[in-house]
Amino acid sequence: MSRKFTPKVVTANDLLVGDVVYLTATNEWTRDHAKAELIEDEAHAQLRLLEGAGQKNIIVGAYLADARLGENGPEPVHFREVFRTRGPSNYAMGKQVGELPGPRS
Amino acid sequence: MYSYSDFDEAFVRSRVAQFSQQVSRRIDGSLTEDEFKPLRLMNGLYLQLHAYMLRVAIPYGTLSSRQMHQLAHIARTWDKGYGHFTTRQNIQYNWPVLGDVPAILSALADVEMHAIQTSGNCVRNVTSDHFAGAAADEIEDPRPYAELLRQWSTDHPEFQFLPRKFKIAITGSPNDRAVTKAHDIGLRMLRNAKGEIGFEVMVGGGLGRTPMIGQVVRDFLPVADLLPYTEAVLSVYNRLGRRDNKYKARIKITVHETGLEEIRRLVEERFAEIRPDFHGHDQVLLDDIRAAFAPPAFRNAPTDAHDQFYAADPVYRAWCDTNLTRHRNSEYAIVTISLKAQGKTPGDATADQMDLMADLAARLGHDELRISHEQNVILPHVHKSDLPALHAALSAAGLGTANVGLISDIIACPGMDYCALATARSIPVAQDIALRFDELKLEHEIGPLKLKISGCINACGHHHVGHIGILGLDRAGVENYQITLGGDGTETAVIGERAGPGFAYDEIVPAIERLVQAYLSLRTEETETFLQTYRRLGLPPFKAALYPAEGAQDAK
Ligand code: SF4
Repeated sequence: MSRKFTPKVVTANDLLVGDVVYLTATNEWTRDHAKAELIEDEAHAQLRLLEGAGQKNIIVGAYLADARLGENGPEPVHFREVFRTRGPSNYAMGKQVGELPGPRS
Repeated sequence: MYSYSDFDEAFVRSRVAQFSQQVSRRIDGSLTEDEFKPLRLMNGLYLQLHAYMLRVAIPYGTLSSRQMHQLAHIARTWDKGYGHFTTRQNIQYNWPVLGDVPAILSALADVEMHAIQTSGNCVRNVTSDHFAGAAADEIEDPRPYAELLRQWSTDHPEFQFLPRKFKIAITGSPNDRAVTKAHDIGLRMLRNAKGEIGFEVMVGGGLGRTPMIGQVVRDFLPVADLLPYTEAVLSVYNRLGRRDNKYKARIKITVHETGLEEIRRLVEERFAEIRPDFHGHDQVLLDDIRAAFAPPAFRNAPTDAHDQFYAADPVYRAWCDTNLTRHRNSEYAIVTISLKAQGKTPGDATADQMDLMADLAARLGHDELRISHEQNVILPHVHKSDLPALHAALSAAGLGTANVGLISDIIACPGMDYCALATARSIPVAQDIALRFDELKLEHEIGPLKLKISGCINACGHHHVGHIGILGLDRAGVENYQITLGGDGTETAVIGERAGPGFAYDEIVPAIERLVQAYLSLRTEETETFLQTYRRLGLPPFKAALYPAEGAQDAK
């Protein structure tokens, strides 16, 4: 029996800024994991990955990451993906403080 | 210090211009990522977990104050106000945006710096002893040779597409502070029976997935043969190295699979072929380079100020005891500025701290700074009478930590807080260990202990050669930390032994504490170091301390 499919989101980094982004159901890129499209079907996941990765002048390095439905929307499963929603643990920088790469304003 | 020739300057400027256009073409869509990625990597630009990262080469770890000021300026203008000094004596900026990178590279070129060959399968930044030119135990300053190698290997057409990256380390002292035995080529200066200076050449050292200690391929290489011999090694490797398997592509595997004898034969054969093509121009160049590394005009002055402070001030005394190293001029000291304040990120410095260190180097340190592979900053030439003022200025900026060589002077790679390849975090583990031993007020009692942490098997944190090494792994979706013991990165280099099953994130600090407590109770006297005790007793008593419930409970 094949294993049950773990839901996925399509994630990548923004080409210009480098920040972590997620593909939404309307084919846009969001910086917020909870707004990503949660993909529950394997074939659809492959298709969405192709569609996301095709936006070559917006993002870099698209891949599928495990996710699950949480209270506010999709949540990451693996700790690496959790860190990507926050930023580094040694400084209050990045997403956890709503900040983009580049100089602090 | 070495200054760029017109050729160096033109080369670096033309690369900045080229890369600026490449960035524009990527942004306007005329270059795809597949096309752009190798170009950005050639210029040190990586894409990491949260952002781009720019890795800037600091040749053999040497900086002038002007260059350090510029690094601060870059951190402040295009990054978030800090930089991370690495075990490769480089600096990494963690937050540049793509469009700013050309401006950063241009600012680097203004101070004769660049990010070329900090990635890719080429000869990387040649690293060296961070005390070079100052150490009392040194035969000769190794940096002119490092600079010669840098010039020769930069944009060398034959060696831009090696089977894998290639790292050369060089030391001029019998006491190896440059971990030469863990490099693709390690060069250790020595004198032969006639008193001539040459190099012991080691090949095939390296950490990572398959850690190996370099083996001696030539016990005495005359100085004049350095370039042709290095070229011979690279040429043999370029031909034999495994391009079919990334994990077997480093020269250590080539040496292992081919056998040292055969490698030696092939290298000598190739060397005999190419040696006649070197007509001595390299030696003329070397003489010019040597002149650029002439020692500063040392001052002659009383050192009473230092002696008085040393006698009177225990805080100053503790700092002197750990952070100073004997200079070859007895009125001078080599100062290691710790970037390891307990609880802070190993190797990080803020822009303000960089500026301060640069100012202090200009005022009190003959304008020189070094970055050590242990992620600290060195002022190699400080007159002893200036030490109290220096210490006061450093302390006021959070740079006066007296812990060099102690348990909180931890090497930690960026790990999963930044690095896209990481399998676990390393920085917070380092922070917690340092804070814990500071809280116990034990670190001075423990004495010399090298603790090194890597966030994945690539071993950028040198964990294999730590007296205590920690390797962060991903075990079924949970961070897990494996301990190795008894490693050594000096002239008596050894790869540490794995102690046993790994520990969860919240178990690793207590495990290290048990280990160190065991050492304290096992050592014969206060002067027996952790490593000596480990060598005397071996793994068993330490293992017992790490796994007290062994047998009763299956450690995870
Ligand atoms: S050891 Fe691994 S995690 Fe650490 S910097 Fe190197 S590649 Fe990244």
